[in-house]
Order: sequence, then structure tokens, then C-alpha cells
Amino acid sequence: MIKVLKAGFYTTIQDQGRIGFAAIGVPISGAMDLYSSNLANSILNNSFEEAVLEITFGVCQFQFLSKTSICISGGDFSPTINQQPVVLNSKILVNEKDILSFGKINFGARCYLAVKGGFLTEKKLSSRSYFKNITTSFLIQTGELLPISLASRELKVANTAVKMNPSHFDSEIIECYKGPEFELLSIQRQYLLFETIFSISNDNNRMGYKLNETITNNIPSILTSAVLPGTVQLTPSGKLIVLMRDCQVTGGYPRVLQLSANAINKLAQKKTGSKFSFTSIYI
Amino acid sequence: MATIITYKPFGRKAILIEWIPIIALEILNDIILFKDKITTQNSGFYLDFSIGYNSLTILFKENILNFQGEIETLQKIYSLKIKSLKTQNFLWEIPVCYDLEFGIDLKEMSNLSNLDISKIIEIHSKNVYTVFFIGFLPGFLYLGGLNPMVFFDRKSNPRLHVEKGSVGIGGVQTGIYPISSAGGWNIIGKSPINFFDVDKEIPCFAKSGDQIKFNQISKEEFYDIEKLVLVNKYQLLKTIIHD
Repeated sequence: MIKVLKAGFYTTIQDQGRIGFAAIGVPISGAMDLYSSNLANSILNNSFEEAVLEITFGVCQFQFLSKTSICISGGDFSPTINQQPVVLNSKILVNEKDILSFGKINFGARCYLAVKGGFLTEKKLSSRSYFKNITTSFLIQTGELLPISLASRELKVANTAVKMNPSHFDSEIIECYKGPEFELLSIQRQYLLFETIFSISNDNNRMGYKLNETITNNIPSILTSAVLPGTVQLTPSGKLIVLMRDCQVTGGYPRVLQLSANAINKLAQKKTGSKFSFTSIYI
Repeated sequence: MATIITYKPFGRKAILIEWIPIIALEILNDIILFKDKITTQNSGFYLDFSIGYNSLTILFKENILNFQGEIETLQKIYSLKIKSLKTQNFLWEIPVCYDLEFGIDLKEMSNLSNLDISKIIEIHSKNVYTVFFIGFLPGFLYLGGLNPMVFFDRKSNPRLHVEKGSVGIGGVQTGIYPISSAGGWNIIGKSPINFFDVDKEIPCFAKSGDQIKFNQISKEEFYDIEKLVLVNKYQLLKTIIHD
């Protein structure tokens, strides 16, 4: 078990998500930055399927009630164990009663805490990813106990850390494909979509990021159709919304772009005010 | 007419198949038939399917390396001569209480339209609606078949909290809020039925191609059914739909 001493700003359990339930309107969910959560699991020799803790902007604290090994990946929120700094992207042994704290944000928006064997919170519709009205809780609460896998005996220290490419956090280029309605945009607006430097508005969460800049919209709404994480919608007001992991399964706004799988991971590490531009990759 | 369809890449892992942009039963049936053919023939490569009014989106397990090849495979499956759907569709009878306590926008709608409240209720509960697909929220049914006499624009100020079970009209559509949510539809009644229960083997009883009929109930019946639903003892009335 892990005891939550301070739940922080927005902390959830996430895994690869709930795939195969679009027919009943259930969002996919899953770790916002799957690249980092997969990295944390692989450093522990876990399967990618194991659930991890997704921590948004740090300020949280946990106490381990049993011995295990952990790995922290993604954003750097100055993690410490018993007030001693620990290295990201490395396997760390923790003992009973050790306290893991996150503090100052150095880079990124989300970090992942993986434990050996994974978090064992309830599974609903084949996933442990928190989602309101699907899982019993949808946010980690201060004081609660989170069940984790019991560590096997062979807990070995590894003195190496995986080095992550800093462009995952600071690149201002978001790769995408043309979306289903892209061709309906006038040539000038298509051009603007790739030439504008966009910034993330404060209306951003696990469902989607609304962008501040406007592209005047010349396409009418479409008949409600599928949307996916990474779909960029153009609203009637000309604002763009980049849908993220918790997005609905259908939508009615034109889908002008579709982010690449890794572009979603990169965007998941950006925060309010972060600037970027879209660049087109071809299929 | 339903056979004019186009195929588009939708990112690296999905193909979007589109029919002509109208809301029509023939199109819905063609979409469901196509999906059934695909799942019978070739389901191993696909992760999920998402139906829209005039679209079917296929999510692949792996990145699609050869879009043209995949599209040709799908076109072949589409042209297979299979008439009968393997999916069995039902007509569900949904109890709805239109009492003013629940139908909180009925008065305003009546004033706006010069239709008596009882007329709005009569029109709404008379038609049989088709479930086109489920989206927006888990268990939110997109229904076709609303009588144009009761088309009402969405409210200009959406409510932050619409109660679970609320039955509403938004523009040309009608539907039921499966969970409490923010929403801009005109609320005309409430159903005591669960449209989404994650702990049931089938979390949402309805599916694309099913039909819905709203049965008007009294407040007393509403509370009686609500109690039965709570202990899992309420049996929804359903009839098999024959083509």
C-alpha cells in the first residue's frame, strides 16, 4: 500500500486506457503522456499495461507502507525520498515508511510514478484509468491508501538512469496529419493553421486543450462523427480545441488536424501559455 | 443511394468511412450492416468501431502501413452480399414522467410555441425513435425521429447541472442525460431508468439500430420504478424488431 499524505493538484491512476467501448460512448482515457508512463514501466520491467500514478504539477506526498521499487518519469517536480533528491527515469528502491515528495516544477506538466508490479486499484471496463462515473473515484484523495503489487524478493538497485531527449518537453513543434475536414478549409486558412504560433489557453485539462489564437472558420458544423485523442477541432468562433485522452467519442466540430501519437505525449507536457506550431507530416 | 461512400485516413491508426451527409435510416442500416460484415470477416486487425450519423470510424491495432491496401480490403468486404444482420435489434419502452416538477422547461416551451404543454408531451411520447449511435457521455443516445413541431433551440444559457435521467429537446434532437451533467437542452421530463451502469455486464442496454418509445408515467409510478431500479428489480419492456 501507498498512503497519500498530500493528494496534490490533480492526481489520478492511469494505464493504457479503455479501448473498445466507443459503441457505448465511453472515452479512451489513459496516461496523457504515454511515452513517459511506458518508460517508467519499462525501467521497472513492468508490462506497459500496469497502472501508474499521473501527477499534475507536483505538490504531493506519499508514504510507502511496504518495501518496493519505483520509477518516476515525465515532468521534473524535484522528487525527494526522505528529503534526499532522487533521479528521474531510474529504478529506486524504497523501504517501509519512506516518504516521497514532489516540490518545485523544473519542467513538464505531468509526471508518472510507477511501482514494481503496478497499482492495483479497481478495474472497470478492462482499465484502471480514473474517469468520473466509470471508476468509483476520479481523483486521488489525501489520506487514502492505494493498493500496489507486493514486491518480489529480488529488488535490485540499478545505478543507471535513462536519459530522456529534452525535446520531448521543450520542442515547439507538434506533428500532425491533415484531419478529415482539412481540405474544406480555404487555402489561406490551411496555410494559417501551419504558420500561426498557437498558445495553450487556461481552459486545458485531460479532455482537451483550448488554444488562444483564432483561425476564422469557413466550414459549417458536421454531422456528429467520431473524434479521437489528438483530434484538432475548429469551433464556430474560430478557436481550436486539441482533444486529449479523456475526450468524448463523438463530436460535431470540423476535425482539421490529427496529432501523431507522440505529438499527443509532447502536448501533454505543455501548460497554460506554452507556445507551439503545427507541422504537417504525410501519410 | 446509400452506397456512395468515401474512405479517408484519420491519423495513422484509423480509417473514416463516410456516407452522404444526411440523417437517414437507410444510411444507419448500411453502416451497421458494413460493421457486421467487417467483424464477421476480419476482426483481428481492428480495435474498435465508432458510428456517427453518416460515418463509421475503424480504429486499427497497429499503425496502418498501406492505407490503399486496407481501403481495398474494406471495399471488398462492403461488396459482400450478406443481407441479414447478425445483430438483433430491440424496441425499448422507456418510462418518462412529464410532470412539471421534472419537465422544468415545459412552461417556457409552451409559451414560445403556442403549443399546450399536454400537446408537447403527446407529440414527444407518440413517435418511435431510432438510436443512431451513443456519444457525448457514456450511455447518451443520439435519437432520430423527433416531430418537427417540437423542435426547440438549445437554451442560450446552458445549465451547469442537469439531473441524471432528464429528458430533453435540443434543436432537432431529443435524448436522455445518462448522468448529471452540464447541458443546454430544454428539459421536458425525467426517466427513472439507468442508461449507463458500469457494473452491469452490458453497461448500456441500447445500441445503434435499436428503437426507443417513451411511455408517459405519473409521479407515483416514477418513484415506484425508481425504487425497483435501485435494487435491480425493474425489467424494461422490450420487443424484437423485425425488418
